[in-house]
Amino acid sequence: MGELRGCGSIEHTISRRAAMGVLAAGSAMAFNGNALAAPLTHQNKRVLMVFLAGGVSQLETWDPKPGAPTGGPFRAIPTSVTGTHVSELLPHTAMQMHRLALVRGINTAEDDHGKGSYIMHTGRKQEPSVAYPHLGSLVARMVAEPDNPLPGYLHVQPGGGGGSSAGDAAFLGPRFGSVNISDGKPPVNIDLPNGLTQARDDSRHSMRRKADARFLATRNTAETEAYTQTHDQARQMMAKKALFDVTNEPDRLAGGYGRHDFGRHCLLARRLLEGGAPFVKVTHTNYDTHHENFDFHIERMGEFDRTFATLLEDLHQRGLLSSTLVMVISEFGRTPNINRNYGRDHWSKAWSVALAGQGIVPGAVTGKTNAQGTAVVDRQVNGGHLFATYFKALGLDPTKKHYIDQRPIPMTDPAASPIAEILA
Amino acid sequence: MTQDKPKPVPAAKPAAPPAASPYPGFQLSVLKPGVELKHSSPLVACRFDPTGNWLISASQDNGLQRWELSTSKKTDLAGHSSWVRALAFSTDGKTLYSGGYDGQILSWQLTLAQPEPNRQVRAHDGWVRSLGFHGNRLVSGGNDGRISIRDANDLREVLAWQAHDCHVYQVAFSPDGTKILSGDHKGRVKVWEKDGRLIREFVIPGLHKYDTGFRADIGGVRAWSFSPDGAGIACAGITNVSNAFAGVGNPLIVVADWTTGKIRIDLKPKEAFQGTMWGVAWNSAGFIVGAAGGNGGMLWFWKPDQQAELFAHKLPDNVRDMALSADSKRIAVAFQGGAVRVYPISA
Repeated sequence: MGELRGCGSIEHTISRRAAMGVLAAGSAMAFNGNALAAPLTHQNKRVLMVFLAGGVSQLETWDPKPGAPTGGPFRAIPTSVTGTHVSELLPHTAMQMHRLALVRGINTAEDDHGKGSYIMHTGRKQEPSVAYPHLGSLVARMVAEPDNPLPGYLHVQPGGGGGSSAGDAAFLGPRFGSVNISDGKPPVNIDLPNGLTQARDDSRHSMRRKADARFLATRNTAETEAYTQTHDQARQMMAKKALFDVTNEPDRLAGGYGRHDFGRHCLLARRLLEGGAPFVKVTHTNYDTHHENFDFHIERMGEFDRTFATLLEDLHQRGLLSSTLVMVISEFGRTPNINRNYGRDHWSKAWSVALAGQGIVPGAVTGKTNAQGTAVVDRQVNGGHLFATYFKALGLDPTKKHYIDQRPIPMTDPAASPIAEILA
Repeated sequence: MTQDKPKPVPAAKPAAPPAASPYPGFQLSVLKPGVELKHSSPLVACRFDPTGNWLISASQDNGLQRWELSTSKKTDLAGHSSWVRALAFSTDGKTLYSGGYDGQILSWQLTLAQPEPNRQVRAHDGWVRSLGFHGNRLVSGGNDGRISIRDANDLREVLAWQAHDCHVYQVAFSPDGTKILSGDHKGRVKVWEKDGRLIREFVIPGLHKYDTGFRADIGGVRAWSFSPDGAGIACAGITNVSNAFAGVGNPLIVVADWTTGKIRIDLKPKEAFQGTMWGVAWNSAGFIVGAAGGNGGMLWFWKPDQQAELFAHKLPDNVRDMALSADSKRIAVAFQGGAVRVYPISA
């Protein structure tokens, strides 16, 4: 792997980082980093993914059908964009519609939670021969500044353990996997161990660096660089731990976000994005409403609506929205048919997502479903189209390829083009 | 206005061999053939008017249906822009009050050939969940957690207060009209003076849980009914919820004394039926009837002091609501398929 020794160029920096990921993964795949070496312009772009886990109902959010037999009990309300209506469960978000674009013609043709989630995170259907990296991992790999002290892919989620999800990065390597911020708490071990003073830690670090330098003088490889880099990033992140403390925010703003988990998690996401995180995913759970869909959507949307509207406004006020690609996605939508338990089941044939910010035309609406919401009748797209759209919105070339063992792997589905009408 | 011919329906098969009814004048071991009244949209509620002349049903097409029980003639009542699950009547049966998920309360002159809403008020921020009537007052509860008392003639609000920190699922005047009771999403029952002072609060065990996986409250007092002596209240809903996603749980009725807050007994079906007890009624003769939907439909009869049911009947469709006529002789069951069936239970 000596050929990956950095010369300071972007190309070699990328290659080295890619190689480090593979090494850490212990992957058997030989990842040709040079093939990834498209010159990327680091423009301080960010991505915020809001993942509504379980499958949010498009009929109770972005594509209401009041009065239809499938419409349910909620009405549609006007928004800040003339002619665009959303569910009455989104009164605050409706007033931010001039900052959002809606994609109402999604057909991902996959009603399984895991497989649907995979499509929405990778832009591909699952294949036995290759696992594709999450968008977050790609952003961590391709957009993040090399010396960013924060992990490239942060996932703020309710519950769950700490640590990381290396598998998200697939062949990019675990370095680009998601780091979990469980319940909005800082990553584990971000504090010095009890009894270890900062001065003593600095002393230990200094000693380690000297030993590294001596070793690297004769055996400088990607492995040794990765070792050193990991320690350095950990120390940098420890120095940034205040970013994870939402209690530093003004009480009034925190109240606007909402004094519940999702509110705190979105406020944390904004702090992390503002602090330099290139990709933050916030999961809100749970929308898998086979039973009492309408009651549960009142509860869930009651948290989501005001919080998300506040988050958009906050990003805008801080001048971050125009450089932050925001997406509100789920595994799939929910059936137009209302089942015997007042529930809606999984429905991937006609559903919606919302986008905003970097590269997106504000206020745009693309795609259309029929009167009962059962099928897409205009501008049907799938997860591949969305993924290509994300690439274009971020200024990345969706036709680029990864190379694994010299095998070219298109970064996005070649059969799916970006949704041009919502791209700025 | 449309007219539907009454359809005789076969008697539901009892789960147990026919047995003598412990309540003279009532035949509970076998459900007699009833009359099926069919609407084109799934139903969500049903109530008899106090005179027994009419049955009102409500449906997922935002409509109300008035059924003349002697002829099965249907009259559609249009006025709400969302579903209606709250229905109440003036004592003389001439006025119907409907509360909708559109936050509106409408009053209707029920005896007109084609009733139209004669009053309409925005009553709650969010769904109107329940209505109660006594004297010249109408009480309502809604998703905003408020209880509102209105003049029943002009629907003018005379008093309102923030009663619960979650959705109010049930509200009623006590049978003697001196108190107001409310039940909520979290299975709590509160007893109020009519001026809004809280007298008592108690929890109905088993009718609520916070699902930590789903991160949501599930359950609540989905239906209730007072005892003939007025002191007891039977509260119905879902219990043992193991999967809020799929509604995996069992129907339950909990009988309490609302004058003391003491819980008397749980009434659980012997058979492990999966679903929610959407309707409960305490018959004037003393027995309790409950109807559940979820994994099909079931109807049970209980003695109010005996945990095991007297009789269980499988119903032909998924139950959405159940009502007892004022003379206690008929049961109406509203089904997901759009039909409401009226079963006579007198001997």
